[in-house]
Amino acid sequence: MGDVQRGYYTPDQSPYPIILAASLFLMALGAVLEVNGHDVGSWFLLAGGASLIFVLFGWFGKVIGESRRGLYFAKEDRSFRMGMAWLIASEVVFFASLFGVLFYERNIAVPWLASLDPNYTPWLHFTSAWPTFGPAGKPFVAMKPWGIPALNTAILLSSGATVTWAHWGLRKNKPLWTKVGLFLTVALGIIFLFMQVHEFHDAYTHLGLTLKSGVYGATFFILTGFHGLHVTFGVIMLTVVFSRALKGHFTADNHFAFEAVSWYWHFVDIVWLLLFVFVYWL
Amino acid sequence: MSAVITSDEHSHDRPRGITRWLYATNHKDIGLMYLLFGLTMFLVGGLLAMLIRMELFQPGMHIMQPELYNQIITVHGLVMVFAALMPVTAGLANYMIPIMIGAPDMALPRLNNWGFWLLPPAAILLVMPWVLELFGIGGGTIDTGWTMYAPLSVQSGMGMDFALFAVFLLGVSSTMASINIIVTIFNMRAPGMTMLRVPLFAWSWLITALLLIAVFPALIAGAVMLLTDRHFGTHFFNAAGGGDPILWEHLFWFFGHPEVYILLLPTAGILPHIFSTFARKPIFGYKAQVYSFCVTGFLSIIVWAHHMFTSGMPASANIYFMFSTMAISVPVAVMFFCWIATIWRGSMTFETPMLFALGYVVLFGIGGLTGLVLSDAVADQQYHNSYFLVAHFHFALFGGPVMGVIAAAYYYLPKITGRMYSERLGKWHFWLTIIGFNVTFLPQFFLGIAGMPRRIPDYALQFSNLNMLSSIGAFVLGASQLLFVINVIKTSIGHGAKADAQVWDGASGLEFTLSSPPPYHSFAKADGNR
Repeated sequence: MGDVQRGYYTPDQSPYPIILAASLFLMALGAVLEVNGHDVGSWFLLAGGASLIFVLFGWFGKVIGESRRGLYFAKEDRSFRMGMAWLIASEVVFFASLFGVLFYERNIAVPWLASLDPNYTPWLHFTSAWPTFGPAGKPFVAMKPWGIPALNTAILLSSGATVTWAHWGLRKNKPLWTKVGLFLTVALGIIFLFMQVHEFHDAYTHLGLTLKSGVYGATFFILTGFHGLHVTFGVIMLTVVFSRALKGHFTADNHFAFEAVSWYWHFVDIVWLLLFVFVYWL
Repeated sequence: MSAVITSDEHSHDRPRGITRWLYATNHKDIGLMYLLFGLTMFLVGGLLAMLIRMELFQPGMHIMQPELYNQIITVHGLVMVFAALMPVTAGLANYMIPIMIGAPDMALPRLNNWGFWLLPPAAILLVMPWVLELFGIGGGTIDTGWTMYAPLSVQSGMGMDFALFAVFLLGVSSTMASINIIVTIFNMRAPGMTMLRVPLFAWSWLITALLLIAVFPALIAGAVMLLTDRHFGTHFFNAAGGGDPILWEHLFWFFGHPEVYILLLPTAGILPHIFSTFARKPIFGYKAQVYSFCVTGFLSIIVWAHHMFTSGMPASANIYFMFSTMAISVPVAVMFFCWIATIWRGSMTFETPMLFALGYVVLFGIGGLTGLVLSDAVADQQYHNSYFLVAHFHFALFGGPVMGVIAAAYYYLPKITGRMYSERLGKWHFWLTIIGFNVTFLPQFFLGIAGMPRRIPDYALQFSNLNMLSSIGAFVLGASQLLFVINVIKTSIGHGAKADAQVWDGASGLEFTLSSPPPYHSFAKADGNR
């Protein structure tokens, strides 16, 4: 209970939180103006994005500096761990909601629409099949699971293994395992993202599957799109952790940042497995 | 357990100037900002309510067009829920929880500041479209009602986008505040304070924070889809592509129903403290209240579609949501009985916090019982979207949470400012509030049963008398809140007798072992900060 006797690190004043809030405000304002056709919005987006990047470097840099100076002990570490765990919990609810939307559209909304008097269905010969074509019966080619998606599943699963290998390296004091493991994880994440971009491009140019392709297209792109966004966050965080590992920041019993990112990465991994089963396969 | 009271440390002198607030990491400073922001927005939302009642004073169109009326009722709702009540309860949490559980600060102080500073931008986004409209940009702010039902919200103007982005900022803010509170309660308790010794206010906020994490992301997800439906051609809420506008209602109420308990629970947690103090008796049924917080929180997540009885759900769904909703009255009744048992045969005195707490029990009791009436899926066909509903949720939200945070404000004002507030002004505030409130909202039950629909700027002639009565009550209610503002200002600038550490004779808890006002850094070990 040494940490209880010692007290708790309470940081000095910090300018970063309010700048972050301001940059998100600018980005929100810019996005609203942009989607409503006011071109000035892109300047707000740019300013918000730039200050966001400034804050990320400043804030995380500050925390890393404090950690390097040995200001954090077991109790602080526990706060960070709990904080990250609950952040991931909120992300779980976010994706659960998106899956809920998929199940609702597929199993409740579409069959209900198809059961209506033919005069009231969305278009002629509307049936309760999934994928639903449309709107107005416009055809498209649905996604096939056993091409790129299956390959992507293998890629993400292996990246989960490599990040665990990197973790073993930390625990067993084998820095080389950590560095190589993290490098491979980042590389696999980037390959996954490239494949995903290729798939989206293919969907838009060849399959005729777009955001506008009825509820199938909408749920497909919202689920895979948000997953891809989270993979992007994960790759950025992994890159930071990789560069910190190269500098030897982590020790066998002090590597919160590494663990937080690996938790996040496993979370993204599990979401993909569910996506593969429910969006691509079934 | 002896509490350590430390003076300000040399290395951590109280910062000066505006950056003390802009760059704050101290939980008391951030708590005060939350409280002041909430009070300000309470007055803004109240002003909008006065405009609504002015328009409804007599039948016919008087001071505004229907478009503006719709925007005003919408912003009134959003401001009161997200920018007034939630910040005030979060401010109480920030200020009180660390000194209640003997923690030196919140667990993640910088995150804490970020959570607060996301709120003013969100409030600005809500009212900004009105300013832009003056310059000929857009058609005013969000006008769909705070529930933002599709397809109206899909077709509505640019103000809707502002509101959606405000929701994103509010969601991030609430999530960050919740994470911080959960981590603080789990990780920062003083030695010896086991979970079943944590004060009830902290317990109630723990459940509230868990609820926020469990439901706010669903609203964020829904808002994203609404945005893509509006601008990127998706068909989530549009049957033309196989989607369903009812889906929005499910997403919204999956968040929106627990939101009621998110507003309610923190005040249900503060009430036992107040009753115990002014009845001079220990809290009755501590464990029973902890368990009923947990059960209420859980049940609130699985009952959302009782808001949708008239949307055309299958009968089986209606029956499920009817009975599960009624089940909530069990844990809530446990709380009520514990409150009554706490004051039962106590040597009660009736200072202002006690009056507001007792008012809470009566008014929220009416709100809860009328909720039981509304939860009847068959009877709801009659009450749905009528003024009965308006009266019900104002009894539930003003009669409960607002009365509760005012009680808490009077209760802790001497602790926070070090001065006693004016008891005379406080009593005037209470009696004018309770009279004004009942004159405003009791007639609305009868208006609703007689068939007056909500969200309309004009009404049939037979509703005239009760509406005029309701408006008069609203003006009294609105004006009497200024007494509260005067009282808070007078106390803050040093009027009134000095308060000692104990403040109230019957009060107990770690917060009352600290001086009034508490030291800038409390429960901090001497070598803990460097």
